[in-house]
Amino acid sequence: MGEVELLSRIQFAITAAFHFFYPPMSIGLGIALIIMEGMYLKTKDKKWEELTRFWVKIFGIIFAMGVASGIVMEFQFGTNWAPYSRFVGDVFGSALAAEGIFAFFLESGFLAILLFGWNKVKPRTHFISTILVTFGAHLSAVWILVANSWMQTPAGFHIVTRQVGGQTIARAEIIDFWQVVFNPSTIDRLTHTIFASWLTGAFLVMSISAYYILKNRHIEHAKSAIKVGLVIAIVASFLQVITGHSSAEGVSKNQPAKLAAMEGIFETKENTPLHIFGWVDEKEQKVKYGIAIPGLLSWLVHSDATKPVTGLDKFPTQDRPPVNIVFQTFHIMIAIGVSFIIISIVGIILWATKKLWDAKWFLWILVFAVLLPHIANQTGWIAAEVGRQPWIVYGLLRTSDAFSKTLTSGQVWFSLILFTAIYLLIFLLFIFLLDRKIKQGITPETEPEIYAKQKAIIDRQ
Amino acid sequence: MDLNTIWFILIGVLFAGYAILDGFDLGVGTLHLFVKNDSHRRIFLNSIGPVWDGNEVWLITGGGALFAAFPEVYATVFSGFYIALFLLLVVLVFRAIAIEFRSKRESPRWRQNWDIAFSLSSYLIALLLGVAMGNIILGIPLNQFHEFTGNFWTLISPYTVLTGITTVALFMMHGAIYLAMKTEGELQAKVQQWVNNTIIFFVICYVSTTMVTLIYVPHMTNHFKDYPILFLVPLLNMLAIANIPREIHHKRYGWAFISSCASIAFLLALFAIGIFPNIVPSSPNPEYSLNIYNAASSQKTLTIMLIIAIIGVPFVLAYTAGIYWVFRGKVKQEDLSY
Ligand code: HDD
Ligand code: HEM
Ligand code: HEM
Repeated sequence: MGEVELLSRIQFAITAAFHFFYPPMSIGLGIALIIMEGMYLKTKDKKWEELTRFWVKIFGIIFAMGVASGIVMEFQFGTNWAPYSRFVGDVFGSALAAEGIFAFFLESGFLAILLFGWNKVKPRTHFISTILVTFGAHLSAVWILVANSWMQTPAGFHIVTRQVGGQTIARAEIIDFWQVVFNPSTIDRLTHTIFASWLTGAFLVMSISAYYILKNRHIEHAKSAIKVGLVIAIVASFLQVITGHSSAEGVSKNQPAKLAAMEGIFETKENTPLHIFGWVDEKEQKVKYGIAIPGLLSWLVHSDATKPVTGLDKFPTQDRPPVNIVFQTFHIMIAIGVSFIIISIVGIILWATKKLWDAKWFLWILVFAVLLPHIANQTGWIAAEVGRQPWIVYGLLRTSDAFSKTLTSGQVWFSLILFTAIYLLIFLLFIFLLDRKIKQGITPETEPEIYAKQKAIIDRQ
Repeated sequence: MDLNTIWFILIGVLFAGYAILDGFDLGVGTLHLFVKNDSHRRIFLNSIGPVWDGNEVWLITGGGALFAAFPEVYATVFSGFYIALFLLLVVLVFRAIAIEFRSKRESPRWRQNWDIAFSLSSYLIALLLGVAMGNIILGIPLNQFHEFTGNFWTLISPYTVLTGITTVALFMMHGAIYLAMKTEGELQAKVQQWVNNTIIFFVICYVSTTMVTLIYVPHMTNHFKDYPILFLVPLLNMLAIANIPREIHHKRYGWAFISSCASIAFLLALFAIGIFPNIVPSSPNPEYSLNIYNAASSQKTLTIMLIIAIIGVPFVLAYTAGIYWVFRGKVKQEDLSY
């Protein structure tokens, strides 16, 4: 692999991974906000209003970080993946443009009312803005996943060639828009990512609230928030396994090489096992130190424990993805998915038996569980994207043909270092701000109070 | 009119929307350091607080639409202007986080640093956008495969620096007018002075750019010679600019702001007419230029995108207007939020 290609891939992976830290929180927190503000409108209880205001502030910070990191994503296809952009622009560009027109305007517009409109509009209008912002965040997930799913399972297009400067250049052109939108993996991957986001939001809410209870602050607010989080988590964690299973079925049909990598299947043979965990030795072509359940994968894919699942031996070496990384990331995600079900069920049981608020051990689990959805999100994407290799558009365009040939490695080093540094800075600032908001608490001083204090400090200097 | 031309215009409209709306945010940024008082700075930030993010979406959507309608341009320009584009992205990111973080701590040092970041990025965004426009006017070196053959320094020339400075001046004027509209009392009196100075600064830049363009880039005027009716555009542009000091004098800030918006729109129209039907002219070999036909997506895609635009844009305009309406009027100290 050439240096420019490698660096461009690293850059894409880093920027996408940093960006994808924020959107799942915006999407999931949006759902929690709708519930909290809805409760406020229904019960007129001040507690819900304060809770909503607190989480709206955190939402604002997350959203701003999402925007800051997202701008780079929008332009990166053109900068580092010019041949790719020429190849897919006709199909893929429309989804990106639709995202701007349908989703980003909606989100960023109503966000203004969400954050700054408390005293300018009626409570009901504010609530509608909350719903619209959340809806917009979901819509942007829809369009970007349409685009990404099309790269995984292209549909509704044909290849057209034309002459450019005496060379024959091919590109994909739309023949059926709805087939592009509803390509074979869109629905599975969209639902899977959205429920992943709900889980991410729910665990964020539960983590901070559990921390408050443990520190004996804002007890009443925190209890209500944990209940909201638990309800979302129990629903989403089950749906997550279902959509994940459905995704895996889709992968077995549409991207068999990826499935083989996810499960480390080198040989196509009967009673294909499912590994609970393991380590793939790519040289010796087998999974070591693992626990395997014979026939389970065959049964999951074909509903028949004997039928063989396609292994990597059916693909020429140059068409195989890296195996161990796909295997490991995939298994980490699944382990986390299972742990969510356990955590949610335990939480609900404790709640039902009125032991939740005294179960310190469980509250501590909730405090730290906030990291799990992020790990699952990242590993899920790595499994999906690395499993697609060596293709950038599955079966049509190789990653090695897709990067900008006009770039020098110096240029890409420049952008890579610059952006890694900036994204790290954004991340640190985010953690810093979040920490401050948590310390300030759910019912902090009002704006005029803070303002008076600040003025005093500045006058003193 | 064919679909390709429609999309040329629509993308022009998106970028004009960006220049008009984010233009005043950038303008406010360029003026930010001229007030020293913390509460004045917060008023500046809060005047753009609720809207700057939505304004930036015009650029993002413009980028997406360019990708969809003219993928060759998207690929060529962004990979060609690599370093310049990444610098632009850096400053866009910095502006966003500077606005977000500035008032989150009381420490004057902290605030001062973010204020500088905010202002400096606003200058650089405006400058880089202007330099990019200058390069499109001049044409850039493209080979027969539509690939850029220059480097970062190819993009910097006296002419492109001039267009860059003119853009800064334009946004400074626009931002000053916006602030005059949004502030009151003592602060407004101060801002009003700036309006006059920035108008003078802009007019000087504008006249110089126009002269240099007429002399050195005469092909920008071809269409005007062929279709004299088009002379209406520069005429209206000059009227719009001339109207601004008049409205300011009568303290009709809203009207001054509308005039300023109109002058940006007309300026971009001049630019678009000048380069049409090219999108990226190639400087040594005009036949290698990217135009609205050889750079476009298929007719099918352009049609689908048009349908998407026809469905989406009315909504966008309606609720954008609604949101500006909610946040109309002067910025008050009480609703300080940034
Ligand atoms: C599952 C959802 C999801 C995924 C996979 C992506 N994004 Fe994203 N993006 C969002 C969900 C989202 C969001 C929730 O809508 C954000 C986060 C915060 C925000 O403001 O909107 C956002 C922000 C955001 C912005 C700023 C929008 C604004 O200013 O309002 C841009 C330009 C992008 N994204 C572009 C991309 C690109 C080019 C991606 C592909 C690599 C991508 N995003 C992956
Ligand atoms: C936000 C969530 C996403 C994450 C975390 C993510 C993660 C990754 C990772 C880890 C890679 C590197 C794979 C490798 O180099 O082996 C990659 C590559 C890539 N992904 Fe994604 N991705 C995300 C979303 C998307 C979306 C939505 C698209 C398209 C719309 C996309 C398009 C690409 C492209 C073009 C590459 C470059 C090819 C490559 O580097 O191999 N990604 N992504
Ligand atoms: C427990 C059962 C789970 C199963 C069986 C499962 C299955 C899958 C499969 C098969 C893919 C690849 C889809 C593709 O390449 O087309 C995937 C991707 C992904 N997973 Fe999971 N997953 C599970 C849990 C989770 C959890 C708990 C999260 C996060 C909270 C998560 C987040 C993701 C993400 C973000 C992706 C990438 C986007 C996509 O391709 O859909 N998954 N998952």
